Amino acid sequence: MNNNNKDEKTLTPQQPDSEQILQSAAQEEYKYGFVTDVDTHVIPKGLNEDVVRLISRLKGEPEWLLEFRLKAYRYWLTLKMPTWGHVTLPEIDYQAISYYAAPKKKEDAPKEIDPEVKKTFDKLGIPLEEQMRLSGMAVDAVMDSVSVRTTYREKLAELGVIFCSISEAVKDYPDLVKKYLGSVVPYTDNFFAALNSAVFSDGSFVYIPKGVRCPMELSTYFRINAAETGQFERTLIVADDDAYVSYLEGCTAPMRDENQLHAAIVEIVVEDRAEVKYSTVQNWYPGDKDGRGGIYNLVTKRGLCRGDHSKLSWTQVETGSAITWKYPSCVLRGDYSTGEFYSVALTRNRQEADTGTKMIHLGKHTSSTIVSKGISAGHSQNSYRGMVKIAPKAVNSRNYTQCDSLLLTPTSGAHTFPVIEVGNDSSVVEHEATTSKINEDQIFYCNQRGISTEDAVGLIVNGYAKEVMSKLPMEFAVEAQKLLSISLEGSVG
Amino acid sequence: MSALQQYIDLYNEHRADLNGHAPDALNALRPEAFAALQGAVLPKRGTEDYEATDLEAIFAPDYGVNINRVAFSADQAGTFRCDVPNLSTCLYFFNNDIFMPGRTARMNPNNPVVVESFVEAQQRHPQLLKQYLGTLADLSKPEVALNTLLAQDGLLIYIPKGVTAEKTIQVVNIFNASQPLMAMRRVLIVADEDAHVRVLACDHTQISDVQYLNSQVVEIIAKRGATVDYYDLEESTAHTSRVSSIFVDQAEGSNVLVDGITLLNGRTRNDYYVQVNGEHAETHLLGMTIASGTQHVDNHTFLSHNAPRCKSNEMFKYVINDEAVGAFAGKILVKPDCPRVEAYQGNRNICASSTAKMYTKPQLEIYTDDVKCSHGAAVGQLDEEALFYMRTRGISEAEARHLLMQAFVSDVIDGVRLEALKDRLYHLTEKRFSGTLSLCNVCGSAADCSKLDIIK
Repeated sequence: MNNNNKDEKTLTPQQPDSEQILQSAAQEEYKYGFVTDVDTHVIPKGLNEDVVRLISRLKGEPEWLLEFRLKAYRYWLTLKMPTWGHVTLPEIDYQAISYYAAPKKKEDAPKEIDPEVKKTFDKLGIPLEEQMRLSGMAVDAVMDSVSVRTTYREKLAELGVIFCSISEAVKDYPDLVKKYLGSVVPYTDNFFAALNSAVFSDGSFVYIPKGVRCPMELSTYFRINAAETGQFERTLIVADDDAYVSYLEGCTAPMRDENQLHAAIVEIVVEDRAEVKYSTVQNWYPGDKDGRGGIYNLVTKRGLCRGDHSKLSWTQVETGSAITWKYPSCVLRGDYSTGEFYSVALTRNRQEADTGTKMIHLGKHTSSTIVSKGISAGHSQNSYRGMVKIAPKAVNSRNYTQCDSLLLTPTSGAHTFPVIEVGNDSSVVEHEATTSKINEDQIFYCNQRGISTEDAVGLIVNGYAKEVMSKLPMEFAVEAQKLLSISLEGSVG
Repeated sequence: MSALQQYIDLYNEHRADLNGHAPDALNALRPEAFAALQGAVLPKRGTEDYEATDLEAIFAPDYGVNINRVAFSADQAGTFRCDVPNLSTCLYFFNNDIFMPGRTARMNPNNPVVVESFVEAQQRHPQLLKQYLGTLADLSKPEVALNTLLAQDGLLIYIPKGVTAEKTIQVVNIFNASQPLMAMRRVLIVADEDAHVRVLACDHTQISDVQYLNSQVVEIIAKRGATVDYYDLEESTAHTSRVSSIFVDQAEGSNVLVDGITLLNGRTRNDYYVQVNGEHAETHLLGMTIASGTQHVDNHTFLSHNAPRCKSNEMFKYVINDEAVGAFAGKILVKPDCPRVEAYQGNRNICASSTAKMYTKPQLEIYTDDVKCSHGAAVGQLDEEALFYMRTRGISEAEARHLLMQAFVSDVIDGVRLEALKDRLYHLTEKRFSGTLSLCNVCGSAADCSKLDIIK
């Protein structure tokens, strides 16, 4: 600590040292760590072809989907877990996980959701009841392997918007699902994508027909509840010509000492002039301060801007998970299509995050923007890994990348691994990155003006993340802001 | 048979000859290099940090190795023209990988600065060779181990404590052989405490239609308070490949500048490994590439800050035209407990044709919070607005482009801490941009330097 702060301390002795504040920032408890006491149907642990068949049978799936799963499973057997990430991912015993867990429905009221489950989502602040109409958000709530409730379905159906769980979509709209499932992330994509394709349970399906602007935010809330299970959800979003949708995703899990696996796939198809905004606030259980427990969040997210003038925007706030390994990407195939990626990743304690994006420019005049803000505290490691590829035919393309890292403690790490490949002479690619700690001059400046050190740290971090936060939809921005301040709290306001 | 195996076999066959011609200090390194090569494979395209370059393919042709030290004649008079005007240097020549003694401009023997071939040094300063040779070269890199396995000579530059080498030491490497040849070049620079030295190395090829491969390992040791400038200029031919590894070790308060300039070449891979081990050390890594035709230039840097309160600055600039390929991968590592490190890394590139390709991968790995690190990479074209501005003021388009190109590479050239060399580099790049480089300047080399299209 420099002299400035020493002076400051003598002037206002009640103020904690900013170093202490930063240290304590790493020690806030996880709010969503409770377990819901609900009867859960869990299939035995282990993974083999019979388990894949069992999942398919439990979900009453058609033959073609079972075939898809089996193909993926057989391919998965030929793969090895990748190790290139800047995370210390241990060998995962895939036979020690149960691949399907569903809260049992009460027999006397089969139409209603279990009050325990409802209570869970109430506690999480997720409005499942229709009287919560004021919140103006359609929600699909997924607990463990099944979707428990989707709100506002009827109202959306009037406009032709399909918003339901993917299991229902398989039954009700098999043609659509068959057409798009695996078209953006094939089961051969990577190790975790193959695993997910084999055992995926539930997730959301969204289809916005031609020319429709979805009138409300669509939202899915994922919750892992059962122990010793993995969550393998699968989300598929299709925006037809001239459509628009904003989709939000949130997630939490109970506190447990063991690590749980979450390997999801999100696929998005954007047709001519359509726009999809996908926002995530990821708050899986991050493990305790010594790094015990927590979720392994290993996710494949990719969108295909298939149509001309299409637009896909990813916004993510990553605060949870013991290990995050996630690269929401855009394949810009349509001419004049646009991809965006805005990310705030906060790691504390022993968390490790390796996240970023891929922007694959294939069409002419495509453009992409990447803004990534990493904040590392405690003993955590936070990496940005990204790729910008401009194909020879993607003439006049443009990319701007900015990734900044803020280090709050001397023991944390921040890393940047970008890859840029440019194959023509009319495109412009820019990449900028900075790594630093909070400037003591800034804190001193705030102190001088009567702002306490803790408030100053809060202000600076918020200002630092604002560029990304401002991209979130209102409802989520509030939650994300809260999350960030909770995470930084300790004594920071 | 893998590319490596043919050379390992060669070594097995001629072990005695090699050891007979080479100084003991080199021979002593061979067994370890040989062990390191067992089961080793040269990185292929797609291996991490070799996204654009296939070393296996570069080493694959059956190059000859001059085991019996046959002297090919080198046109030294032609080479001599490569002298930097207004810069008085001490000149040392290597023909392929054979040291050419007897040049006029050598260091005065009474000068405390030692500049000797390894063979000479083995007689006069064996303890220096023994103490420093091979201490930095990382044998886990197959290309470095191979060089260590087959090298027979090299150049030792030693600046004793507190001594400043007044004249720049210039090493001229010439390729001149009637058949495909691999040269194993080796340089060891040791700047003792508070010593200062500037070294300029330039690579030339005199016969344009024969394939050559330059395998080079340079070790630079800068002790406390020492200053070392190392300029590495390549002007070779489309048939010349180069695989160079430069290892730098910096102690407290040292100041090292390494500048790699590629103007004409075939395929080039330059690795820079810098270990900053002392506080208050300063590192400058600069690079400039102008590539056209099918030139291939790949620079890879790894800069490790192992001590607090150090500064480093990296800047690599590329102009890529025609079918040329440029690649840059750079990593800055700041180890734990190294506060107050300031590290900057920049990579700026101009793709001047629709078939040119640029790969770039600037990376930061930081384990200390109190640091200022940044990196930036950009791939683009000349600023159209600046071009328009100049044209409205009556400057022709060709001239305007020329000026902007010059301006683009100028900050790498401005980093050169040697006025005369700076002027010379401006002159050379200007020639390079206007396509007249091969006509008068380059030591009689028949480089096929076509005019860059960018300047019409």
